[in-house]
Amino acid sequence: MEIPKSFLGYKRENGRAGTRNHVIILPVDDISNACAEAVANNIKGTIALPHSYGRLQFGADLELHFRTMIGTAKNPNVAAAIIIGIEPKWTKRIVDEVAKTGKPVEGFSIEGAGDIETIMKASKKAQEFSMWASEKQREECPISDLWISVKCGESDTTSGLASNPTVGNLMDKLEPLGVHLCFGETSELTGAETVCEKRGKTPEAQEKFKKTWNEYNDFILKEATDDLSESQPTAGNIAGGLTTIEEKAFGNFQKIGSRQFVDVLTPAEEPQKGPGLYFMDTSSAAAECVTLQAAGGFNIHLFPTGQGNIIGNPIEPVVKLTANPLTAVSMSEHIDCDVSKILSREMNLDQAGDELIKATIRTANGRLTCAEALGHKEFVMTKLYRSA
Amino acid sequence: MATDIIIHDEKDNVGVVVIEKITPKQDCSCWVMENDKTVSIQSADEIPLGHKIAMTDLNEGDTIIKYGHDIGKVVKSIKKGEHVHVHNVKTKKW
Repeated sequence: MEIPKSFLGYKRENGRAGTRNHVIILPVDDISNACAEAVANNIKGTIALPHSYGRLQFGADLELHFRTMIGTAKNPNVAAAIIIGIEPKWTKRIVDEVAKTGKPVEGFSIEGAGDIETIMKASKKAQEFSMWASEKQREECPISDLWISVKCGESDTTSGLASNPTVGNLMDKLEPLGVHLCFGETSELTGAETVCEKRGKTPEAQEKFKKTWNEYNDFILKEATDDLSESQPTAGNIAGGLTTIEEKAFGNFQKIGSRQFVDVLTPAEEPQKGPGLYFMDTSSAAAECVTLQAAGGFNIHLFPTGQGNIIGNPIEPVVKLTANPLTAVSMSEHIDCDVSKILSREMNLDQAGDELIKATIRTANGRLTCAEALGHKEFVMTKLYRSA
Repeated sequence: MATDIIIHDEKDNVGVVVIEKITPKQDCSCWVMENDKTVSIQSADEIPLGHKIAMTDLNEGDTIIKYGHDIGKVVKSIKKGEHVHVHNVKTKKW
């Protein structure tokens, strides 16, 4: 198959391109959720992103919170953003960073004004943003404007056999065209960590990966209880035939094909070294991982599943594929790309990779994913430790 | 002949069932992905889709090889053709 050279995206002020055109109402903290949701309810064409944190955090945990907030609003799938927080200082910090992209952004703080006045003011601005964004048109963008993140979930042995290698095949075909790629799931590389480390393109990248994995593993072993081997692999994984974390890890690892990673990113960090594959230090919990990758600037996500994970994200479309023939039938409303014919050898990996590229481009052009059509909007902050 | 079991790597001592299930004493056709060879095995247990079958006799302490790599240790001896899973294999990691 000849790979399409372009897709229809929204060109943004900073040179990036979006596959979606969202106007987001982003609460800085948990107690501002009600306000943000009221504004999104008032003004059509906007979406609120409620979440559970943002108060009394400190140190690396607070920095990650800001990186996630700022990165989410900066994502090219977001046309414009309203930021609402209880206090002006943290709200302004986010607004100022997002404004650097050139996109419309405005902040509101609730203290001293109350919910109702804030909702009124923010709604007026949100209406302006929504109507402005509605006039944006899709334009032809080079395929290199795709920033593709990947993460698998509810994996079983069919993931390692076929759906993850299908993603790997897509990576092998698209990386030479200048796309950005990202994989994560630090804990789920356990068992394959030394093999993964060798995929670093430079000694620095390898060293950085080793340090990142060791830190995560030390943390897990420190906190580990008897139930860890039931949590990783999950009950769903075990039902699907996966026995150990090592088996899961080698299956997981198939997603990067034969690529090498250019750099290791901290959670929600934006890549700075140009096109190519990046590893991001993330949890393996689906919603946390995709939220971090979206905050890193990725504009389309590929999600292989075995037993049938149903995750979506409010701003980054999540394309799901499965190679499990039972899941493809029993959970068909969640599956965007069925590659189960690989198992019966009626389809090879090359053909499956092409099918996934087609599904990716159609989604980038605007076709709703199953998760979008079903209303999945999981937006989940990663919390590093307790708040003060 | 249709494929009942897929084996990733020539070095692997387990294969993965890719039909809805195999039944005891079923003669199964196994496709080795790495070298595109076909081998056969007779099953000893009923094994569902996605679950593993032992391609050889395995003793306690042996290493399970899949993808050509170590994926855990045998904690209860396994005969060729038997179901390989959490009841007879454990992680070496945690």
